Amino acid sequence: MKITFQINGVEREVDSPPMKRLLDVLREDLRLTGTKEGCGEGECGACSVIIDGEVINSCLAPVCQAQGANVLTVEGLSLNGRLDPLQQAFLECGAAQCGVCTPGMLISARSLLDANPHPTRDDIKEAIAGNLCRCTGYIKIVDAIELAANARR
Amino acid sequence: MVTDPNALAPTSLDEAYELLAERGPEAKIIAGGTDLMVSLNARPLDASEFIDIWRLNELRGISDEGETVRIGALTTYTQLIKSPLIQLSLPTLVEASRTIGAIQIQNRGTIGGNVVNASPAGDSLPVLAAFDAEVEIGSIRGVRKVGINNFYTGYRKTVMEPDEILLAVRSRKLKPNERTFFLKIGTRRAQAISKIVMAVNVGTTGAVINSINIALGSVAPTVIRAVQTEALLTNETLGAPVIERARSMISQEVAPITDVRSTEHYRRTVTGNGLAKILRRLM
Repeated sequence: MKITFQINGVEREVDSPPMKRLLDVLREDLRLTGTKEGCGEGECGACSVIIDGEVINSCLAPVCQAQGANVLTVEGLSLNGRLDPLQQAFLECGAAQCGVCTPGMLISARSLLDANPHPTRDDIKEAIAGNLCRCTGYIKIVDAIELAANARR
Repeated sequence: MVTDPNALAPTSLDEAYELLAERGPEAKIIAGGTDLMVSLNARPLDASEFIDIWRLNELRGISDEGETVRIGALTTYTQLIKSPLIQLSLPTLVEASRTIGAIQIQNRGTIGGNVVNASPAGDSLPVLAAFDAEVEIGSIRGVRKVGINNFYTGYRKTVMEPDEILLAVRSRKLKPNERTFFLKIGTRRAQAISKIVMAVNVGTTGAVINSINIALGSVAPTVIRAVQTEALLTNETLGAPVIERARSMISQEVAPITDVRSTEHYRRTVTGNGLAKILRRLM
């Protein structure tokens, strides 16, 4: 089945089985390997992408449901080689350790800041409640998102 | 993935009815995919074909019908959480929706999916059962309405026929003298599947309980109403003795199992404690 969508602002077409996971199409067909697979069952958020303005788990979306959609992956965060303020803040705060959760964290954080530019720490915790990190204990991730929000003011 | 199942995407409800009439027994409906894709990732399903209804906008939207609220089957938890009408008329449905998965799931998971998936752990179901909600089911043969408390026939079984599709959930609004409570016990606040989930609607005059609906999930093969405990409490005056009797009765009335998430003993005990906690908040 031919599926056309916008990925990070660029129109792409893939020929794929309709029920193939969006995650696999991103990683295998489009070689956008920034989006990670953690659990494959919608628990860990490592595969988070933003689709038509809403963050979802790409392991739970068949690619046929992305027809005509606008998809943002972690590769789309930086602009012309300049890091997104969130990426910069993650670097400055040491918010990544092993790094597997980081793309999903960045995407959930980006989705939060798009909707709510001045979140409280509780807002941040709720926004990343669907993203599991087994290294950091979350404190530095929350710090980084707070720093990025402040940097955007 | 072992097989590459096909996916048909009807563009109207009528087209969906026709597809279901032709292929209902073999095909499986997919909406937000938050439950179905988990199964599909774990093992190939017996369905060789999917009917993708995600774009059937006819099944979206929340409408105020005066006495009742109609929620289209494809309404997501995020849409429920953000709806001023649901916040006012069915506040515990907002509470329940906020405990389902996390934002990624709430953006994609639908109330219709929660109903049809028929998991005893579906977190919106006790709320719907406590409100005596009804579901609207359609097929090429017409539309019928079934009370949520008559909808489930067994573990993951419903009254729906293979050619039918869930159209909407309809519920009465919270009454002025009625309070509604939601309680979910899981391993953590986000992402956890319930060990116990409970919704209670109660109408009181002073300390007297005029009416009480107690609905429970994860403690029986389907969502259930605790009818014996409801009868015990109706027309009683709230106080420590009646709360203790209700605690003891409901822990006997439920029929939980021991599974990967919890034990039968824990579920019985905490169901009793949860109800006692809610009843104490009424005093």
